[in-house]
Amino acid sequence: MRASLIWVLFKRELASYFATPIAYVFIVIFLFLSGIFTFHLGNFFARAQADLLPFFSFHPWLYLFLIPALSMRLWAEERKSGTIELLLTLPITITESVLGKFLAAWAFTAIALALTFPMWLSVNYLGEPDHAMILAGYLGSFLMAGGFLAIGSCMSALTKNQVIAFIVTAVVCLAFILSGFPLVLDFFSGWAPQIIVETISSFSFLTHFDSLSKGVIDLRDLIYFFSLIAFWLFTTAILIEMKKAD
Amino acid sequence: MVKIKNLCKQFDTLTAVDDISFQVNQGEVLGFLGPNGAGKSTTMKMITGFLTPTAGTVTVAGHDIVQKPLEVKQRLGYLPEGAAGYPDMTPANYLDFVAQIRGLRGQDKRRRIEDTVMRVNLESVLHQSIDTLSKGFKRRVGLAQAILHDPEVLILDEPTDGLDPNQKHEVRTLIKNMAKEKVIILSTHILEEVHAVCSRAIIIADGQIVADGTPSELEAKSHYHNSVTITLRANQDKATEVRQALLNLPNIHKLETLIEDDSTLSYQIFPEKHGSIIGEISQYARTQQWIVTELHVDKGRMDEVFRSVTTSV
Repeated sequence: MRASLIWVLFKRELASYFATPIAYVFIVIFLFLSGIFTFHLGNFFARAQADLLPFFSFHPWLYLFLIPALSMRLWAEERKSGTIELLLTLPITITESVLGKFLAAWAFTAIALALTFPMWLSVNYLGEPDHAMILAGYLGSFLMAGGFLAIGSCMSALTKNQVIAFIVTAVVCLAFILSGFPLVLDFFSGWAPQIIVETISSFSFLTHFDSLSKGVIDLRDLIYFFSLIAFWLFTTAILIEMKKAD
Repeated sequence: MVKIKNLCKQFDTLTAVDDISFQVNQGEVLGFLGPNGAGKSTTMKMITGFLTPTAGTVTVAGHDIVQKPLEVKQRLGYLPEGAAGYPDMTPANYLDFVAQIRGLRGQDKRRRIEDTVMRVNLESVLHQSIDTLSKGFKRRVGLAQAILHDPEVLILDEPTDGLDPNQKHEVRTLIKNMAKEKVIILSTHILEEVHAVCSRAIIIADGQIVADGTPSELEAKSHYHNSVTITLRANQDKATEVRQALLNLPNIHKLETLIEDDSTLSYQIFPEKHGSIIGEISQYARTQQWIVTELHVDKGRMDEVFRSVTTSV
């Protein structure tokens, strides 16, 4: 694994986001919506608490439809335009390519997240928030975005069609979000052994993101996100390799 | 050196490449000919590692493409028939990207890029995004990317496709100049290109090799090989006499009338078994004191060989 090559690809990919309207549209919509959700739907002012919980609580739902829009082009676009033939015949391994593209997409979402700093400034102006808690929240959101992107990267490698990649990614991500919901867990707790119910709940984005957004940095949550990302990226690489035989 | 052994590629029910074997050495320029869908591009995609073979091996400079893909890809330059480069990048940025992936850095990288840009004449469009370029320029960007790192092996899929005659000439000259130290495999539909550039040609049809030889050897298979075309200034009423006389010469297989009018008689004469008959005919023409306005020997028509060899499969 040559970091220098991953870096070269990373730079190219990140620059390409900003070469088209994609970047600007995504960032504007993300900032706008997260703002609206926090202040209106999240009752930010009414609850009068100096924290950003209302802000963070909407991130999974924002990511649900915004991140597939980013990830759908990761591999499907390369197949469609034919540039995948160039990428796969250059002396760079599939693993390095998968990582380079993923990291660029992740860095981009980090940029979008960073641009929400006015939220932090607002709550800081209005009260005395726990900054460590807010930082943990951003970390959790960043990791969760990584999880969504890794799933998206895999779905994008499955098809040439970006719309299909978008929809399938959204559905799979939804499954991961919902698997922590009482509604879903209740369905299983009736008849399945406790260990199964717990396993299903442990898959949920919400369960792990929740504690992070409340300021608790538990090693298990970090492991969850990193292993999730690793699993989906690994699957992406396998899929691309398999498709070469086709 | 590129060695292909028993290479096969199966797509579900379609056999795209059916057990082909050949070897190309340094200094050779191999032309891949064949009808569309014959398996040329598929073979090239397997050599470059884009597709995995169903069976058989591809060895480039001693390295197997499946076992040691990186070693092969480092020594290889590939111009695919599809995309020239990332559409949103400019040739400058794109070549910089490729150079970096190929491990070129600093001064060396800059020099190589400059050199390559000059060789393919990309100066005027260097800072225009690739999707806005004309087909000819796009092709040249692709070619630039392939020769940038001065690879031992070049695989070019229809390198002059879509170029105007001047650009075609430039690219062919470029290929010829590089031929000495490299192995070059190119595919083409342009038969004159085979003579112009290739030292050897392979014709593929339905996934199989149906002909393999130098351009001259392939032409020699032609029906027209060593046929003689003679045009005389003579009157039409001498036609029968001339035809008879020509047919009576030794080793003549048949005669085809091209023109027979008031002032001109023109015939194409075919020898027995591709033998040489030009000597006899020119000798006879001189003794008969015919007024010959045209006399030439046909080396053979590539397109005719191509057709006969690919439609009988």
